[in-house]
Amino acid sequence: MVADAAAARGKPGIHARGVSTAWALCAAAFFVASLVVGLGIGPVAIGPGAIVESALSHVPFLHVHSPLDSVQEAILWQLRAPRVVAAALVGGMLAIAGSAYQGVFRNPLADPYLLGVAAGAGLGATIAIAYGPGSHQLVPVAAFAGCTCAVVLTYALGRSAGRARATGALVLAGVTVTAFLTAIQTFVQQQRTDTLRDVYSFLLGGFSTATWHDVAVAAPYVVVSSIVLVLHRRVLDVLALGDDEAATLGINVGRVRLLVVAAATAGSAAAVAIGGLIGFVGIIVPHTIRLLMSTSYRAVVPLSLVVGAGFLVLTDVIARTVLSPQELPIGVITAFLGAPFFAIVLKASRTIR
Amino acid sequence: MIELRDVSVRLGATEALRSVSLSVEAGEWLALIGPNGAGKTTALRALCGLVRCTGQVLVDGRDVRTLGRRELARLAAFVPQIPETPPELTVAEYVLLGRTPYLGYFGAEARSDRLAAERALERLELRPFAERFLGSLSGGELQRAVLARAVAQEAPILLLDEPTTALDLGRSQQALELVLSLRDGGLTIVSTMHDLTLAGQYADRLALLDRGVIVAEGTPREVLSSANVSSYYGANVRVVHDDEGVFVLPLRR
Repeated sequence: MVADAAAARGKPGIHARGVSTAWALCAAAFFVASLVVGLGIGPVAIGPGAIVESALSHVPFLHVHSPLDSVQEAILWQLRAPRVVAAALVGGMLAIAGSAYQGVFRNPLADPYLLGVAAGAGLGATIAIAYGPGSHQLVPVAAFAGCTCAVVLTYALGRSAGRARATGALVLAGVTVTAFLTAIQTFVQQQRTDTLRDVYSFLLGGFSTATWHDVAVAAPYVVVSSIVLVLHRRVLDVLALGDDEAATLGINVGRVRLLVVAAATAGSAAAVAIGGLIGFVGIIVPHTIRLLMSTSYRAVVPLSLVVGAGFLVLTDVIARTVLSPQELPIGVITAFLGAPFFAIVLKASRTIR
Repeated sequence: MIELRDVSVRLGATEALRSVSLSVEAGEWLALIGPNGAGKTTALRALCGLVRCTGQVLVDGRDVRTLGRRELARLAAFVPQIPETPPELTVAEYVLLGRTPYLGYFGAEARSDRLAAERALERLELRPFAERFLGSLSGGELQRAVLARAVAQEAPILLLDEPTTALDLGRSQQALELVLSLRDGGLTIVSTMHDLTLAGQYADRLALLDRGVIVAEGTPREVLSSANVSSYYGANVRVVHDDEGVFVLPLRR
C-alpha cells in the first residue's frame, strides 16, 4: 500500500547510481590538472596561466596575445601537446577497454591484452621492423593488424570449443594464441638479431616520438570505441548476473559479447599502435574507481575513460622527468605500479567470493 | 499457461529430456522432482528458451521459438540455482536490472520502471534495504533480493531452479513461504526441488522425472508413494500421509 501511496505521489524513491555530479567533477578536475602538469613540466617550464593564454590565442576572433615566444610556442604545441594528447587517448582507451573486458568476461583481472592483443602487436611490429623499410613507418599499422588478427583467431578458436563455456574457452584460446604468436615472434627475432633493439623499444611503449599524425591515426578508433562501450554500460551490469540470467532478461548475450569485445579490441589495437605495449592501465584504473566508490559498470565505464586519460598523462610526465634527460620506458612505470596493485585486487576478489 | 508437447532435449551425447509433455495451469505451483541428472533443470531451462529443444513449448498459447527474447522475458522470469549477486550493486540497482526486458538496448529506466522496482521491493519487504549493498546482506535478505529482482520483471510466470539450495531448514521454509505468497498474488510457479517433503508441502502438483522421462505426475499424495520414491531414487524411505500432508522420511537400511 505504501507503494501505491508513493505511486500516487508520482515519486519513485529508488534509483540506480550513475556518475554523480561530484564524481564527474572530481574526474574532470583530475584530467584537467594532468593536462596542465603534462604541458607545463619539462626542461622549459611553462606556467598554467601561460598555457591557457597561449591556447586562447589560437582561437580565432578572441584577440588574446600569447605570452610565449616562438620557441616556447613550438615546444608547447609541437612537442608536448601531441605527446600529452597521445598519452591521454591511449590511457583512456586502455582503461575503458579494461573495464569492459572485466564486465564481459566477469573476471576482475581481465585486461585489454587478455585475448592475444599484446602478442599480436608484438609479432606485427617485429615483422615490420625486421622485413619492412628502414623508416619503420609501417610499424603502427603492422601492430594494429597483428592485434586484430590475434583477437579474430582467439575468437574463432574459443567459439569452436562450444558455446556452453563461452568465457572460459575464450580466455584459454587467448593463452593458446599468445603462446603461438610469441613463438613466431621469437623465431623472427632470431633471424634478425640486429633489429632486437628497435623491436624492444617499440614493445616497451612510450610517447617520446609522438606527433599530431599519431594522434590523428588513433583518435577515430578511440572515439568510436569509447562511445560504443559507454553506451553498453548498463548492459554490462546485466551481464554481471551471468549468461543465463542475462539471456532470460532478454539480452542476446553472444552478440553483446562480440560487439563489446570488437569495440574494446579495435580501440586497444589503435592505442597499442601509437603507444606500444603499456600494461596494467586497464586494471589499475577501473579497480581504483571501484575501491574509491564501490559502484557498478554504469559508473566505472565512463569514469575509467576520463581517469585513465589523466593517469597515463601523469605517468608519462614521470617517465620523462625521473631520469631526465634520459627517458624511462612508460611501461616500466605502469608495471611497477601495477604488479602490487594486481596482488591487492587478487586478495580483495578472494575475500569477496 | 504453460504447455510442453513432446519436448526432447539433447545435451551432447546424452538425451536429457525424452518426449516430455506437461501442462501448468495459471496460478498453479508445479514442482519438478527426480533424482540427480533426471532432467529437472533441463526441463526448466527449456521453458525459458535457454536450451534448444525439439517439440513445442507453449507459453500463454504461443510457441516460445516464435517469441523474441524480450517478449519471452516479459512472460517468464528465471532464477538460477546460485544467482550472481555483484556485491557492489545496491539492492535497488539490482532489482532495477529486472526491468531490462522493458528498456531499449541502450535505454535507461523510466519512472514506470522505478515504480515497478519499488513495488517489488515492497512486496518482499525490502524497502528499508534499498540503498544497502548486496555484499552487506545476510543470506535470507539476499534470497529476498533475488526474488524481488525476478518479481520486478512483472512476468506472469516465475521459474525457480532449486530455490532452497544452500539454505538451512528455517531459511528454506521462509524462502518457500515467500514463493507461496507470490503464487497467491497470482504468479504461476515452476520450480525444481530436491527436498521431497518440502516439495509436497508447498507445491500444488508434482512431476517426477527419471532419466529424462516423466514417470509420475499429480498431487503430492499421488506422486510421493513409497514405491515411487524407492524405485526412482533408490532410497529406503518411509512415506507418512496424514492430515498435514505427505512426509518422506529416510530410513537407515
